[in-house]
Amino acid sequence: MSTRAFNVSEIRKDFPILTQQVHGRKLVFLDSAASAQKPRVVIDAMVRVMELQYANVHRGLHWMSERTSDAYEAARDKVAAFLNARAREEIVFTRNATESINLVAYSYGRTALRPGDAVVVSQMEHHANLVPWQILRDAHGVELRIAKITDSGELDWESLEAQFADGKVKLLAITHMSNVLGSYTPAERLVAFAHARGAKVLLDGCQAIVHRAVDVQALDVDFYVFSGHKLYGPTGIGVLYAKREILEAMPPFLAGGEMIDSVSYERATWAPPPHRFEAGTPAIIETIGLGAAIDYVQAIGLDAIAAHERELTAYGLKMLAGIEGLRVLGSAQDRGGVLTFTMEDAHAHDIATLLDRQGIAVRAGRHCAEPLMGRMGVSAAARASFALYTTVEEIDALGEGLARIKQIFK
Amino acid sequence: MSSTAQELYRALIVERSKAPRFGGRPEVFDAQGQGENAMCGDRVQVFWQRGGVVRHEAHGCAILTASADLMAQAVAGKSPAQMAAMRGAFEEVVTSGMENPALGDLNALAGVAQYRARIRCATLPWAALEEALKEGQLHG
Repeated sequence: MSTRAFNVSEIRKDFPILTQQVHGRKLVFLDSAASAQKPRVVIDAMVRVMELQYANVHRGLHWMSERTSDAYEAARDKVAAFLNARAREEIVFTRNATESINLVAYSYGRTALRPGDAVVVSQMEHHANLVPWQILRDAHGVELRIAKITDSGELDWESLEAQFADGKVKLLAITHMSNVLGSYTPAERLVAFAHARGAKVLLDGCQAIVHRAVDVQALDVDFYVFSGHKLYGPTGIGVLYAKREILEAMPPFLAGGEMIDSVSYERATWAPPPHRFEAGTPAIIETIGLGAAIDYVQAIGLDAIAAHERELTAYGLKMLAGIEGLRVLGSAQDRGGVLTFTMEDAHAHDIATLLDRQGIAVRAGRHCAEPLMGRMGVSAAARASFALYTTVEEIDALGEGLARIKQIFK
Repeated sequence: MSSTAQELYRALIVERSKAPRFGGRPEVFDAQGQGENAMCGDRVQVFWQRGGVVRHEAHGCAILTASADLMAQAVAGKSPAQMAAMRGAFEEVVTSGMENPALGDLNALAGVAQYRARIRCATLPWAALEEALKEGQLHG
């Protein structure tokens, strides 16, 4: 893969929105962990499909449909290569990571898991990787267990071992990087650990996929999910990677057109994966947009992006540490560019509103991780998150903004 | 800091959020109500005593706490019907941004109208008060 030299001011030119002003101030967008901005190439790829080459996929016998099907399936090849999947059939397109996890919980969970089996999640899951398992527990009689985290925001290995001790655990569903604490989980070690105890592993890669290269074969992970919109792609497109033999044994999640082999009034037979899991007309334009986003980050290179974000994270942590009365949640050794914090003087929502008036966008609240906030002993927190287009100057602007807020509440 | 932000975080709001005058659970009260904002986890408890005495315990942002405190001040001595009418008038102020001379210090929160996501912070104590008033009526 040829990569271009990492130059953040050049990269910023790729993102039209970054020149916008908010409340008369230059936009400082520090909320990419919620959803990232889109580079011109993604916007153009989507517009081009609609202007030049659009029809429904896998149905028409005409030129437009065939070309659109080719572009749609080419995006699957790009995702497969991006994750280093063994085969393109291991890539299922969904609406987002939430839908991917629900698909696994519903289809795999209700067939491969039996009542009495246990599923383990951690204390630092996004609601999307907690609530589907609660529903599975209530509907199907599996047990849901929660592995603890330490005060530093890292997985508590002893607690994990304890959850697995009775041999009932058949699935470990865990984040690859916390959207609140920024902590990475030791994915490779987790997979080896779970496999040695007869359990499969699902990694929620929503945050991790944006910040470091993911190789599903090297990880030997069974399921990997992420959303396109955090990876500089459009909304409405997500990915479920699963090992082929697992997907082949799974029944459909949604039923309708496209996912069948043959249908009579009495019954239907299912298409093989991945189309078995893609009922109805898919998000064609968004899928092609995701393909363009993957091309974009690969051209820059995940390693270069990771190095840039490591610098930003170290710089941001140092800046925040200099603000009296400010507490950063989590202090994991291996962490990404997500800094969640509270201030003694000001509530998270007041921080977010006051920063917004200075053109600085951060997230505030519970971050779709309400139990985790309780675990960390806070009710709400503010979060600044970094992306490949974030600059050191923007982190300085955050620091100045926080200093002004302290003045107001002093 | 822009003038609009200062407009929202007026001295009165900052002051009341840091040192509420009507905060704390009273030893005696006739009814209570609570409000919780699911988005941020902020919550407020409102205690009502016959004769129009209201106190609050707010756990949340400056807007929520100041609003609860200014509410307790504004409704002092009022009847439940008058409190309900005042709630309507206050909600009009924080959604329209137009001050209402009859509401006195409550107008300090008019700036909230510019921040759609924050209107709920200002109105939550009033919802809790209504719950308390309903409970008060039930128990006669």
